[in-house]
Amino acid sequence: MRPMAQLAMVMNLDKCIGCHTCSVTCKQTWTNRGGVEYVWFNNVETKPGQGYPRRYEDQEQWHGGWKLGRNGRLQLAAGSRIKRMLSLFANPNLPAIEDYYEPWTYDYRNLTDAPLGDDTPTARPVSAVTGAPTSVRWGPNWEDSLGGAPEHAATDPVAEGMRARLGKSIQLEYEQAFMFYLPRICEHCLNPSCVASCPSGAMYKRAEDGIVLVDQDRCRGWRMCVSGCPYKKVYFNHKTGKAEKCTFCYPRLEIGQPTICAETCVGRLRYIGVMLYDADAVGRAASVKDDKKLYPAQMEVFLDPHDPEVVTAARRAGIPHDWITAAQRSPVYSLIAEHRVALPLHPEYRTMPMVWYIPPLSPVVEAVSSTGFDGERAGNLFGAIDALRIPVDYLAGLFTAGDPDPVRDVLRRLAAMRSHMRSINLGEPPDRYVPKSVGMTAEQIESMYRLLAVAKYADRYVIPTAGISRAHELESIGTTCSLDTDGGPGMGGASTNGHGNGQTDLFTWRDGERPEGMFPSLGRKR
Amino acid sequence: MTSPIDLLLWTVLPYLTIVVFVGGTVWRFKYDQFGWTTRSSQLHESRLLRIGGPLFHLGLFMVIGGHVAGLLIPKSLTEWLGIHNELYHLVSLVAGTIAGLATVVGLAVLVYRRWSVPAVRKATSNNDKLTYTVLGATILLGMFVTVVVNGVQGGYDYRVSIAPWFRGILMLQPDSSLIADAPLMYRAHALFGMALFLLWPFSRLVHAFSAPVRYLIRPYVVYRSRGETLATRSAARRGWDQP
Repeated sequence: MRPMAQLAMVMNLDKCIGCHTCSVTCKQTWTNRGGVEYVWFNNVETKPGQGYPRRYEDQEQWHGGWKLGRNGRLQLAAGSRIKRMLSLFANPNLPAIEDYYEPWTYDYRNLTDAPLGDDTPTARPVSAVTGAPTSVRWGPNWEDSLGGAPEHAATDPVAEGMRARLGKSIQLEYEQAFMFYLPRICEHCLNPSCVASCPSGAMYKRAEDGIVLVDQDRCRGWRMCVSGCPYKKVYFNHKTGKAEKCTFCYPRLEIGQPTICAETCVGRLRYIGVMLYDADAVGRAASVKDDKKLYPAQMEVFLDPHDPEVVTAARRAGIPHDWITAAQRSPVYSLIAEHRVALPLHPEYRTMPMVWYIPPLSPVVEAVSSTGFDGERAGNLFGAIDALRIPVDYLAGLFTAGDPDPVRDVLRRLAAMRSHMRSINLGEPPDRYVPKSVGMTAEQIESMYRLLAVAKYADRYVIPTAGISRAHELESIGTTCSLDTDGGPGMGGASTNGHGNGQTDLFTWRDGERPEGMFPSLGRKR
Repeated sequence: MTSPIDLLLWTVLPYLTIVVFVGGTVWRFKYDQFGWTTRSSQLHESRLLRIGGPLFHLGLFMVIGGHVAGLLIPKSLTEWLGIHNELYHLVSLVAGTIAGLATVVGLAVLVYRRWSVPAVRKATSNNDKLTYTVLGATILLGMFVTVVVNGVQGGYDYRVSIAPWFRGILMLQPDSSLIADAPLMYRAHALFGMALFLLWPFSRLVHAFSAPVRYLIRPYVVYRSRGETLATRSAARRGWDQP
């Protein structure tokens, strides 16, 4: 056993209203710069839909993630090392910018500069890449709330998979359509295929907290990570020529704050906490033969932080005390392992993702009530789960590689919680059969209810800090201007260079400036 | 007796090139890791790149191999191995033409792509334009001497003039007179080659030094410790400011 700590996230999809606050605040924080106009480290997709970039889930096309080789061993879906080295000069699996969308802005100047005329001047859309007038044909969230679904949603790879597996199509007629929102960030996988794809060794998984990062100094722009990630959550900055990705807001987490997407989430549906896992078991779990066994296999990798043996081993492995106690209080661990209501996104990619989802149940109560039955009685609810508007098989295609049983179990647990809590709210004695029927106790159900419904900030985000002794220094980072990042509007000017960090970016070295980092500071002994 | 111009071009300039090439690369590596990239434009255009990119690079590898064989291996060695002059000439002509053709066609596709795709054109810096000009001129001159001077015009044995001069430079026994009488096109090719090496450390050509050979033997997943610096941006001090 080799315990390692991982910061992980769970999102409760029942609560997502698709407001995109997470996307917008993330963009303002991380990707409001040239070269990454098209990049959304956090995006919210409507399912069913093609997603961002378009049809990214179709690994027959993109060859992201891992697959089992003929010898039963794990290898990158894009092929062997040699094969990928030979495609270094032109990556055959790289999405084009049109697969994301061509970023655009508007020619606002025309509104004030247009000559006097009969017509009101308009601000035409212009490409943010070339500056040429463009017509907007696709966007970061073109399919919001099923926009254009009759045309596009049938080619959702998850829906296609469901059709291929079961011969069942999703309903797209207005009366029968279903939808839910799926917020996505980098999965910070236990077995990251982007890291494994990086020829330069610039991508790495942080040993302390499992956050997957790109070393901007060592990245050489080979773009293998972009195509290697099956979730397409590594992006290429076309100005700097370097890969960029969701950082799990590590500067914030290091001082104990949640990621900006979680902090600003209106529905308060995100949970962040520590998971302890056995690093030695990851490879074996990721190479389980049957795709459907990958979710249970990943569950086996996680370690119980309450187990004294695990605690001893974790301590011996150098995991700090406050990280172990944080793991014991982790809301993420509760939802994933104790209540077993969270599921991984596309475990069949074999990357062992660490951002998990509680599948949506919402419309079921309404659906049952509208038939004249008591929508919150457990028996009625359980029976209705297979007739849900959101097909269980669709959710299974998303979260369990097509196995409907774990999804059904999760939905039954959520339904049982509703039924149980209603009895309590109405002052009725709770039916003891209800918790038992889903393999839980009444206490467990109530604790799950507290976590899902009333959890406060400190309960949703249990984040151990990186180092108390450096807290003051770290805080200054959390509070400095977000524009001062690499390639940002505040970058390349005297301000960043003036910090004397010795780094000089020749690309943004403007005419007439004297980059400090390139010249010796004579007579200024430190 | 060599003229001062020849001395300047064929003794001073080569050493200057070496100094700038090596020193410049070390300097760039130390101070501009962030700018050290291929700065790929594949995001904007893939179709032409997938033809031109591999064609150009693989052709170039052959060209480099040919230069190593032609310049570094002395004539006496190949003769000792029993390779006749005619045979050597034929092989160098055929292989050189194939390699050169792949490189030239690849470069033509890439330059056409750079010029015709608006987004790629926009991403092309002045530095790039200069690099492509010098690179293109060097390759075209090299192609010309291979096909025309060495082929159509009957052949020129650079292995008794240019190759010894080149080895002399490397062995610190420069002799400008060896190359001074070589055909004009050969000398022009050599001059543009030196210009290319002068430009190398300061252009995107540096990506050649990043050929990810170590990837082939590295473990798949890289772990790295957070270390002492955490997220502090100004923690890394470099170069002369380092204690």
